[in-house]
Amino acid sequence: MLEVVSFPTAAEAAAAMTPDSRFLGGGTLIMNRVNYFDARVKRIVHSPDPALRQIARDGDRIAIGAGVTMTGLIGHREVDFLTPAARAVGGPAIRNMATVGGNLMAPHPYGDLTVALLALGADLRMADGREMSLEAFLAERRGLVQAVLVRRPDSDALRFRKVARVKPKGVSVMSMAAHLTRAAGRLSGARVAYGAMGPTPLRVPAVEAALEGASLDANGIAPALAVATEGLELPDDPIASAWYRREVAPVHLRRLLLGEEAR
Amino acid sequence: MKTPITFTLNGEEAAVFVDPGGNLLDVLRRGCGDLSPKYGCGQGGCGACTVMIDGEAHIACLTLAETVAGRRVDTAGGLADGPDLHPLQIAFMEGFAAQCGYCTPGMLMAAKALLDRNPNPTRAEVDEAISGNLCRCTGYEPIIDAILEAAKHRGAA
Repeated sequence: MLEVVSFPTAAEAAAAMTPDSRFLGGGTLIMNRVNYFDARVKRIVHSPDPALRQIARDGDRIAIGAGVTMTGLIGHREVDFLTPAARAVGGPAIRNMATVGGNLMAPHPYGDLTVALLALGADLRMADGREMSLEAFLAERRGLVQAVLVRRPDSDALRFRKVARVKPKGVSVMSMAAHLTRAAGRLSGARVAYGAMGPTPLRVPAVEAALEGASLDANGIAPALAVATEGLELPDDPIASAWYRREVAPVHLRRLLLGEEAR
Repeated sequence: MKTPITFTLNGEEAAVFVDPGGNLLDVLRRGCGDLSPKYGCGQGGCGACTVMIDGEAHIACLTLAETVAGRRVDTAGGLADGPDLHPLQIAFMEGFAAQCGYCTPGMLMAAKALLDRNPNPTRAEVDEAISGNLCRCTGYEPIIDAILEAAKHRGAA
């Protein structure tokens, strides 16, 4: 028998989590499974804690509550740089429900927002007070996230692209984000992340290495395009084959890095 | 164990008992007898069960029923004012924007959510507003035309 329990604060909810528990954010992941009688969902924990729904300055970072919805992100002054990624998630009704925390847990091929957060080098504040990098969290996806912590990127430094067969709403063939930081006019410490290109959103070290010191033009990024999928085990699924993803990834990576519109 | 909840449904108080893990769509259809929101996929992929919660479009089948306690839920079943149809319903009817009609209640609520916050949308904005709602027989063009037509009439009213 499914059990549903609610706690006033996220910390209490975190303390009450058991291996059988699933934390309910907006419901778009968990209720889907409940509706299909997934026996692994035995206990649902949720919390109306308003702290989960806040976006606030946190030192030199911005803390985005894990319960903030995609709609809550879109157009919010503090996090307007995330609008393109948040808008890429679902249709309007889904965006009114789907949360930042849920996006971190979304199975392949979902999790478009997480791709942008990964490129930004986001950290997570867990409900038990610990902090960890988003990258480390994605390796295990354990624990209850209280907030995502990001630094505001320089204007135009964060780029995001979602590739889908259906527009305006469609599941990702792939999504890509790049945080293009520069020093002395050349790329330095740029971070590149992909979604729907592995079991979770992931960084692409080969591409990042190839971009180091490069100029942001067609010649400069050519070595990065040549290693666009190096080291990745690309998924075969009903959305696209691994072969297709490998073939088109350099095209979309070029468009992302150079800010080209799709033709 | 069932949980008692009360909420406002189309302007009237509703009091129901919900099963653990029960979704809002089941509560509306079985508990409240409002058959206007439809079950399509149970995954949030079709939008047939779109309703408004506190003025925002939501997917009823993905909404844990007990989380609507104390909130306002509006469905297509409450759009008409007695015998007077809502401008969206009139536009859908006159524009032949419903063939089998299964997607219509969800389309209407997605459209209402749009027009409530943006009374004069562009075609692209309408396209975006119903992007989470699937139609498999009418075709999207008459639906988009009907929503734009309704916006025109609401603006003129």
